[in-house]
Amino acid sequence: MDLAKEEQEMLSGRHGNAVRSSMNLLVSLGEIFGAKRLIDISSVQIAGVSYHNLGEAGLDYLSDLAKDGKVKVLTTLNPAGMDMENWKALGIPEDFAEKQIRVIEAFRKMGVVTTCTCTPYFVGNSPPSGSHVAWSESSAVCYANSVLGLKTNREGGPSALASALTGKTPEFGMHLDANRQAKVVIDVEAAMKTIPDFGALGHVIGNRIGNKVPLIRGVKKASVEQLKSFCASIATYGGTALFHMYGITPGKTAVPEEKISVSREDIDNARAEMTDGKDPDFIAIGCPHLSLKEVGEVAELLRGKHVKKEMWICMARPVMKDAEKRGWIKDIEESGAKIACDTCMVVAPIKGRFNVLATDSAKGCFYGRGKNDFKTIILSIPELIEEATK
Amino acid sequence: MRLSGRKVMNGSAEGEALVSSEGISFYGGVDPATGNVVEKGHPLEGQSVKGKILVFPAGKGSTVGSYALYDMKKRGNAPAAIVNREIETIVAVGAIISEIPCVDKIEIEKLKTGQRVRVEADSGVVEIVE
Repeated sequence: MDLAKEEQEMLSGRHGNAVRSSMNLLVSLGEIFGAKRLIDISSVQIAGVSYHNLGEAGLDYLSDLAKDGKVKVLTTLNPAGMDMENWKALGIPEDFAEKQIRVIEAFRKMGVVTTCTCTPYFVGNSPPSGSHVAWSESSAVCYANSVLGLKTNREGGPSALASALTGKTPEFGMHLDANRQAKVVIDVEAAMKTIPDFGALGHVIGNRIGNKVPLIRGVKKASVEQLKSFCASIATYGGTALFHMYGITPGKTAVPEEKISVSREDIDNARAEMTDGKDPDFIAIGCPHLSLKEVGEVAELLRGKHVKKEMWICMARPVMKDAEKRGWIKDIEESGAKIACDTCMVVAPIKGRFNVLATDSAKGCFYGRGKNDFKTIILSIPELIEEATK
Repeated sequence: MRLSGRKVMNGSAEGEALVSSEGISFYGGVDPATGNVVEKGHPLEGQSVKGKILVFPAGKGSTVGSYALYDMKKRGNAPAAIVNREIETIVAVGAIISEIPCVDKIEIEKLKTGQRVRVEADSGVVEIVE
């Protein structure tokens, strides 16, 4: 790789140990994946925040970098293993909480904005379209590339952090326009209405095409919330980093030859595949974290009702603060549902506490099964609230 | 026999080869506390990767796998070296931050479990000692 003088100095250790080891990681990756140079990035989203995933070794790794490392660009965090303020109410053990707080402190010491969310684009981490960024969190990567027009590879925790500490990323993969062209056309022949519909569409496409870039046609309209859910689903089931949705997303692509169609039956089958449980004992909304608009809808539906099952409403803390001013958090809490900021049902250590998860999230179904051995049910938000209050 | 590939992480190691025909997920697929493969139905299920020259086509699964490799190394349960057909980012990052010698672009079909193998990662060479 061709390194500028300043980059060589960073690699040599003149800018400290955290910069040296970060640079070493980025240059090694660049050489393996054929990058010719490093490029400047505008922002970072870091995964590997839950102590449940990091373990003691991961915490040591972060603490080492925090000795002299400082982030060079706006950097936000993925969800943690617990609500950083309200963890006791969610049943998180004290020893876990103590470790999780140390993880967040290590990030804070490096200058990271310690807002823990999978929707960084709702809390101010949203650079102008066309910017290069280094994001992890598969749903956010897919949203960044496809909906926001940003350019990022699917980073893991250590490489995203290395980019934050240097302001650089190796130029390969999604950073090069040639790799952002669609490889297959998906013709959607079913009307997409609800969030579970969009989740099911991501399930169908992801399973059929893996991580190829698709051009999706036939979707007439899609809200921010529907796109967010679709991104989470297609990235979970297919590993997709980027899609084009005709008339909706900003990217440009030629129309490829290979064509696949998706029928109503395919969507219904995917929804049926994600529902293998009944009588849920755990209801969770907010994977990915809710938008302010969605929190308002949930509050409206829960107002004056009584929730009879464990129910989590997951969102970023700044979104919660905003909703609080509108009285929506009070509506939700008075119903008996619990607000979970900074975390969600996917990353919190809740294996063994519940048997059947009901959610509106296709991604939530995948991890609920794979990680926590839950049976799952996919329903829309109004249906979930009916289930919780009946 | 000498097989020639590409350096991912430098260093050298010699040990017994443990060969998998399928990919490995280090997050959830291998227990860092023991080094045993725990993924249900995996060809290496129940076997330990600790101290082995671990040979498999490519990594798979969650990106948290990089931290899981690091965790194994810290606990002394990591493989001595990793040999892949085609590296991907999870194993590459894991090997680099954990300083586990690693090479890819190797014809892994030529390696058999139980063989004594030497990895010279700097020159991208894997040698079957016996």
